[in-house]
Amino acid sequence: MSDTTPSIGRWFAELARRQYFWGIVAIVVLLLINVLKDPTYLAISVSPTTGNLVGNLIDILRAAAPIMLIAVGMCLVVATGGIDLSVGSVMVVSGAVSMEFLHSASGSVGDAFLAFGLAVLISAVLGTVNGVLVAVVGLQPFISTLFIMLAGRGLAKVITGGQNTAATNDSFRWLANGYVFGIPVVFVLALLVVIAVGVLVRRSALGLMIEAIGMDPKAARLAGVNRRGLLFTVYIFSAVLAGIAGVFATASVMTVDVSRTGYQLELDAILAVVIGGTSLAGGKFNITGAVVGALLIATLDKTVVFLGVSSSATPAFKAIVIVVLCLLQSERVRQVFRQRRASRPRTPQKEVIPA
Amino acid sequence: MTESLPIVEMSDISISFPGVKALDGVNFRLFPGEVHTLMGENGAGKSTLIKALTGVYRIDAGEIFVSGAPTRLNGTSDAQDAGISTVYQEVNLCSNLTIGENVMLGHEVRGRLGINWRATHRAASEVLEKLGLGRLNPRAPLSSLSLALQQLVAISRSMVSRSKVLILDEPTSSLDANEVEQLFTVIRRLRDQDVAILFVSHFLDQVYAISDRLTVLRNGRFEGEYLTPELDRSSLISKMIGKDLVVLESLDSEKAVRDHRHTDAPIYRATGISRRGAIEQLDLDLHRGEIVGFAGLLGSGRTELARLIYGADRIETGSVELRGKRVDINSPASALSQRIAFSSENRRDEGIIRDLSVRENLILGVQAKRGWARPIPRKEKDALVSRYLVDLNVRPADPDRAIKNLSGGNQQKVLLGRWLATKPEILILDEPTRGIDVGAKAEIQERVIALADEGVSIVFISSELEEVVRLSDRIVVLKDHRKIAEVANGPSVTADSIITTIAEEGMTDTSAADDDVKEIAS
Repeated sequence: MSDTTPSIGRWFAELARRQYFWGIVAIVVLLLINVLKDPTYLAISVSPTTGNLVGNLIDILRAAAPIMLIAVGMCLVVATGGIDLSVGSVMVVSGAVSMEFLHSASGSVGDAFLAFGLAVLISAVLGTVNGVLVAVVGLQPFISTLFIMLAGRGLAKVITGGQNTAATNDSFRWLANGYVFGIPVVFVLALLVVIAVGVLVRRSALGLMIEAIGMDPKAARLAGVNRRGLLFTVYIFSAVLAGIAGVFATASVMTVDVSRTGYQLELDAILAVVIGGTSLAGGKFNITGAVVGALLIATLDKTVVFLGVSSSATPAFKAIVIVVLCLLQSERVRQVFRQRRASRPRTPQKEVIPA
Repeated sequence: MTESLPIVEMSDISISFPGVKALDGVNFRLFPGEVHTLMGENGAGKSTLIKALTGVYRIDAGEIFVSGAPTRLNGTSDAQDAGISTVYQEVNLCSNLTIGENVMLGHEVRGRLGINWRATHRAASEVLEKLGLGRLNPRAPLSSLSLALQQLVAISRSMVSRSKVLILDEPTSSLDANEVEQLFTVIRRLRDQDVAILFVSHFLDQVYAISDRLTVLRNGRFEGEYLTPELDRSSLISKMIGKDLVVLESLDSEKAVRDHRHTDAPIYRATGISRRGAIEQLDLDLHRGEIVGFAGLLGSGRTELARLIYGADRIETGSVELRGKRVDINSPASALSQRIAFSSENRRDEGIIRDLSVRENLILGVQAKRGWARPIPRKEKDALVSRYLVDLNVRPADPDRAIKNLSGGNQQKVLLGRWLATKPEILILDEPTRGIDVGAKAEIQERVIALADEGVSIVFISSELEEVVRLSDRIVVLKDHRKIAEVANGPSVTADSIITTIAEEGMTDTSAADDDVKEIAS
């Protein structure tokens, strides 16, 4: 015991130093609020009929899956100093393509794979358009991706002929609603993809290069870093991840809702990235943080529903939580608290660890 | 040019930044009706002094008197209240507004129903008229004007607030000869209206054409104040550069004795390369194992030429042959793949990436060359990093430290390591020894010689002519974006002889330019 306590303390101090620490705190606080309302909120039980885990936490994980994917893609784009507003629309296009394909196809496993592949392909194409606009034409990322954001939803309507296309394919449906080892497939898949991206980025030099162009484009260029190629890569990454998220979002109901699917999710992704401690100015990024951010957003969404906040007040509630969180993370606000503490001479001085 | 009381007097000004004394006991005076030029090499403290005068920086010691009264300038608004206006190198006007709106911004004429635009534009016209710019239509959009005229509009704007002091920080850097004359006409008019003008330029000809008085700074210290006619060009240059008092051990007075004879064909041959506004057409050969120095004052085009070789800027005319084959080097990445490396003079903004670690900064060049998909294996990376940290004697030799926490000299060594790790055949070093301590300087110089002995072709650029003369086998002399001479180094070549070359080349030019100016003024 005497051995483990200091190392746990150190581990905790290390964690508290992370930007996303406050995100974790917020998740815990939200869950506590829910528990106060219903002491059994956190209970996870095994469904007697299917053997799967059921409970609110499992629902949160399921809901977090698509946000996690787009948040990770957004995280890479933001690190280059850009932004990708098109992810929500890429989701709906990807969903529309897969549904439209499955609508006219048989219900076989092969078709499910084909639908998935098509969705990823069209997403990659949209990501390439973003890449061309940003890296070759040199438009601002905000405008370039805003264009795809607006055009994408229109494209989805064209693909489905304005309908909310529905289809049946059990394999495809399993992607969103199935379970492996009792855990929702979506979450497992999203986690695997995120880990794969994380490993790829940190094991190859992609992470370093992205940070270099995000921190100092001029110096990075003179160091021979190929900014154009990197920008292409991250925008395609972001779009492909959004495409997978789109498949998840539509597969759960096997319907693409051309006006609702992925609607405003780009904003959730940006919030998740910021909560995770990646600066919108570019540079250092934190994929774990983005995942924490995505989990927080999902928790927040579920909490709002659970607490019965009226739907008209939902956005305001969400906004307040996020503003408070950002204030807690802000260096300046902390400075004020620190000065306050310092001005009270009697209180024991505790070193404040800058994030 | 009467010897009246100075409108601004700065005495014994000192400003320190962490680790650097930017200004150390500097005196500076501005007289009404006089153009006073601040001279000094880059890093001499010119811009720090200007920022002290405009209230951007606070002074640590010394006093500032405006119109004889001690004044504290705690912000730019204090300076403006004291009648000090600044026109920056980059014009800061609103290009979407009209000329008149820009001139009168913040001083619009108000009527009962808000701004009286007619009166405002009339007032703008009057101000423009006073500076001889009456032909400009105040209702035309600012963006319709050339950069030079925009600068004049910026000057007019500072006159609306009836400034007594006007600071022009390198106003001519992006202007062509005609535009410079236009600017000078306006400056003379202002001078005749008893405005005190502080002028900064790197072009000696311009300095002699316009200024009445000179103050020279060197390494943050005050070198002296002179009336322009009493200081000739050569002594001005030597005052700016200073004699290097520190004797560098292995490289002291004597030139590095290197037996370099190139018999092979040049590794790099540029024919008629140029870029508008950067460098006029010139030819350049580089040989293996040879150190070529670029000499010239700041702004002479030495950096521009280096950037052209590296592909940091595009070559607009002419062609380049590398190892006998015609190549198109249009980006740093392509230069790097051709084994050309370039260490920028701007270590802070174009060299290091501040927030990355020493290790990451060091391997960035090699990694960029390999592409992101082929990471350097861990073992190789560690070997590379530890080799260069030891080899170049980087202190502290801690690869995980953020590079921003290293001293300038050590940052420079890490950068040198970054380029050496790419195994360049042509290495361009722009001011590799600027702003670093003597020990690090000697180490870098030794390393340069060793590299040349290994067969690397080196371009060495430095403001310190002694250093260039000491190291180079051949010296390319640049002035006003032109190559004016190319000399093989030998016993007869000294820093002084290079200065003479630069100064004399200017003399014939200036008299002609002066005549032009007179014609326009009259």
